[in-house]
Amino acid sequence: MIDRLILHLLMLVPLAGCLTLFFLPRGAATRLAPLVGLVASGGALAAAVVAAVRFDIGSSGTVQFVTEAEWAPALNLYWRLGVDGLSLPFVLLTALLVFCCLLYTVRVRPAGGRLRVFIGLILLLEVGMIGTFLALDLVLFFVFFEIVLIPMWFVIAWWGDPDDEKGRTSAATTFIIYTVLGSGIMLIGFLIVGVRAGTFDMIELAAAGGDGMSARDQLIAASAIVGGLAVKVPVWPLHTWLPDAHAKAPTVGSVLLAGVLLKMGSYGLVRVAVPVVPDGVRVIAPILGGLAVVGIVYGALACLGQRDVKRLVAYSSVGHMGFVVLGVATLTPAGLNGSVFAGLAHGLIIGLLFFLAGAVKDRHGTSEFAGLGGGLYARLPRLGTLLTFGAVAALGLPGLAGFWGELLTLAGAFDPAAALGRPYFLGLLAVALIGVLLTAVYLLTMVRRICQGADVIGPRLSVLGDVTGIEAASWAPLVALIVLLGLWPALVLELVDPVMSGMGS
Amino acid sequence: MAQTVDWLAVAPPVVLAVAALVVLLLDLWWPGRAAVSTAVSAGAAAVALAAVGYLWTDPRATFCLSADGAPSCSYVVNELTVVLQGVVLIGTFVVLLLSHSDTAGAMPVGETRFLLLASATGALVLAAGRDLATIVVALEVVSLPAFALVGLWRAGRRDAEAALTFFLVSVVSIAVMIYGISLIYGVTGAIHLDRIAAALAEPEGRTAAATAGVVLTLGGLLFKIGAVPFHFWVPDTYDGAPVVVAAYLSVVSKAAGIAGLVIVVGIGFPSYADVWAPLLAVLAVVTMTLGNVAALRQRSAIRLLAWSSVAHAGYMLVPLGASVAADGGLIGAQLSTAVAYLALYAVINLAAFGVVSIVARSAEPTGAIEDYRGLAWAKPAAAVALGFGLVALAGLPPGVAGLWARVVIVDAAVAGGATWLAVAVVINTAIGLVYYLRWTVLLFTPARTKEPRTYRVPMTSGVAVGIALAAGLAFSVLPQLVLGLAGESAGLFG
Repeated sequence: MIDRLILHLLMLVPLAGCLTLFFLPRGAATRLAPLVGLVASGGALAAAVVAAVRFDIGSSGTVQFVTEAEWAPALNLYWRLGVDGLSLPFVLLTALLVFCCLLYTVRVRPAGGRLRVFIGLILLLEVGMIGTFLALDLVLFFVFFEIVLIPMWFVIAWWGDPDDEKGRTSAATTFIIYTVLGSGIMLIGFLIVGVRAGTFDMIELAAAGGDGMSARDQLIAASAIVGGLAVKVPVWPLHTWLPDAHAKAPTVGSVLLAGVLLKMGSYGLVRVAVPVVPDGVRVIAPILGGLAVVGIVYGALACLGQRDVKRLVAYSSVGHMGFVVLGVATLTPAGLNGSVFAGLAHGLIIGLLFFLAGAVKDRHGTSEFAGLGGGLYARLPRLGTLLTFGAVAALGLPGLAGFWGELLTLAGAFDPAAALGRPYFLGLLAVALIGVLLTAVYLLTMVRRICQGADVIGPRLSVLGDVTGIEAASWAPLVALIVLLGLWPALVLELVDPVMSGMGS
Repeated sequence: MAQTVDWLAVAPPVVLAVAALVVLLLDLWWPGRAAVSTAVSAGAAAVALAAVGYLWTDPRATFCLSADGAPSCSYVVNELTVVLQGVVLIGTFVVLLLSHSDTAGAMPVGETRFLLLASATGALVLAAGRDLATIVVALEVVSLPAFALVGLWRAGRRDAEAALTFFLVSVVSIAVMIYGISLIYGVTGAIHLDRIAAALAEPEGRTAAATAGVVLTLGGLLFKIGAVPFHFWVPDTYDGAPVVVAAYLSVVSKAAGIAGLVIVVGIGFPSYADVWAPLLAVLAVVTMTLGNVAALRQRSAIRLLAWSSVAHAGYMLVPLGASVAADGGLIGAQLSTAVAYLALYAVINLAAFGVVSIVARSAEPTGAIEDYRGLAWAKPAAAVALGFGLVALAGLPPGVAGLWARVVIVDAAVAGGATWLAVAVVINTAIGLVYYLRWTVLLFTPARTKEPRTYRVPMTSGVAVGIALAAGLAFSVLPQLVLGLAGESAGLFG
């Protein structure tokens, strides 16, 4: 019984929270909003943990807790949900990050007021994000994929950078237009698959592995699916929506945008593109790999040029997601495992970094290097230490979560799938390594410029103080998981690997 | 040979026609009774809808010609007819309710109802018409009262101008259509669609004259739906007409156009699909792009909705444009997809228009979308209904009904092998999003002034918007309701 319900509870609990906020009288809802948000996201997190506990790890390669009901036969649409070793970690990541965000919001209110609406939208976002990871039907996946768009538009445009109303609105609009174009193109790919294969069932399609589709159809479908998802990930040169959207969004918005929304793209690549249209993906994999390493180097170079912590963290996503995509492009179990691991690690690390960048900005009124002036260790030692921790995690220090994803991805590139050209991928590997070095350079530069040095503006900050209790509480799970996954990567790889070893070639 | 008439088959249009006369006469003897007039006319629409519901289980045909072989009927009630008549009647019902508070004040009670019901009668006949003469006459019955409706109310100069543009474009397009029909008749010697289809399918039916006839016949129907090149009456007419008349034009009148188009090309010209489908595909892309790009620049609510309705006419043509199979045959399912799209569009558009008609009567309306700033505080329910309608027109969740509409047409384009059409739809969705979102956001943005606008929401308008919103939400959750019904008709084409 609980197994049949658990996945639905994951979405129903946040939805119920959202509706509660909508229907409660305005006064009561405003007072209760943080509590409702906390309870709803906490409930979803609890459901995710229960699902993880009841999940049979021994057979993580098979989809569990499957629900299947006919929804609209005219569209061949089914309500198909399920979870396997690939989707479970993403579901847990989403539930955790949303909970951390709403816990943080209890004390740290976004500028722009209307807390009730803000929390309602975050809960609606959670429904869409979790649904995307649970969906086992292509059209259903698309529907959930689109649910996040309008809430995220409002989150960026209404609670974004309070000093730049025009900028945050245009950032939000750029975000939604890019994503709608991307998901629309993706839908075309899905429908081509559906028309040719006669089903939208991801499991059945993955089992068929593209049988019954001509090479040309597969190539068109793969180009559409990969191209559409590439906007979301984002893959260079489709990343241009990202820096503004991340930098202008409120802290919580940036955390979810970078932590989860980008993962919906990379998850789609691994869940749909690679298994469903393998022959088509094989043709475009070298291009995808090439763009991925360009993204890695471009992201790092762009970060070197940034003079603002929040923008730097935003641009760093371009580089890190480059590794995630490179892993996919190798089409080997190692590369795919690395891609998933790097995605999860990025979700935790970038979430933490955006929290920290937001905290820095809250305390100083600016997140520009020039305004911060250095000396964070002296001024706010705990915040400074956490920022350093986040930075070294992001640069892939062994022993922390960022390391394994990059390592596996590069291992995949060292020995790519047989059908792909090895010398070419060795070249990509070399370029990616340059990106690794540059990443270390910009992150350490940031640490040196902000954290070290003499504190010149200290006294003005006396009222704000160092890391508060609620901040510590909402960041602690992220820090703990970054360390845990760094020391014990098998925790995730054990789940993911059985799914991946069935894929790739 | 005496014609026997199956009165049950023609009950829906007859009920509306009788009600039209009754409200006119009632107004003559007891003038100014808006409530009675609303009750009679809306009641008639409800009775007709019940009759349509009954006919769903009992398809029939009348006015048949059985000289040789299988009978050819002029008036056929089957799955396709019933769905189209259902859309027309629900649209008419909602518009009648919306017009109640207008008739209570500024506009003539009896004439307005008479004209609306008369025009809707034409739309019902059009949905059942299966010969070109019936279709042309029905099309004119839809149009003529509409000219009067546009010019009738606030008798200003602008309205007269709008009515004139509307009239002139209509006359030209109908003339083009009748010329086309005369060519078809010359080639085939038939006006019944089934006989025309049979004659055109013969190898010797393939002539230049017939091809020209097929293309020209589409003229009057493209005018009705507001597609390029017969689109330029739309913004002026919507803007010049009272809001409820614009709502009527964008839903019921457009439904009549789509009905005629689907019936004529699907039943009459299936063997010429390779001629009309590519033409409609090109017109679809031009229409949706022009509509969306023009809507981007609009600051007036009605003109924005007018261009948006042009854009949606383009979307409706997408399945028709992608209805040629690889072997040159017709894919019937595509035509029923156009009908499904129409039904989804009708309810979400009615929700949007309903709220616009309420706001248009608020204190000092300027007609600009700026009027809607802060509506969420003044009238939360209205803001939710309009927000739902706009987001659904954009095709995004939470307006899931609109998302289904978008998915079915992209699916139709892909299934018909016209991936380029699907790409055009995707790009247009992104353009459309900009203006729909701009308006939606205004609803939930606090007003600049401390003093909120005051709105009077008449009960009838509230009910009308409620019906449209409820239908939109129902279709969001249960798309099968509408997709399944429309899908039943797929086998009737070709």
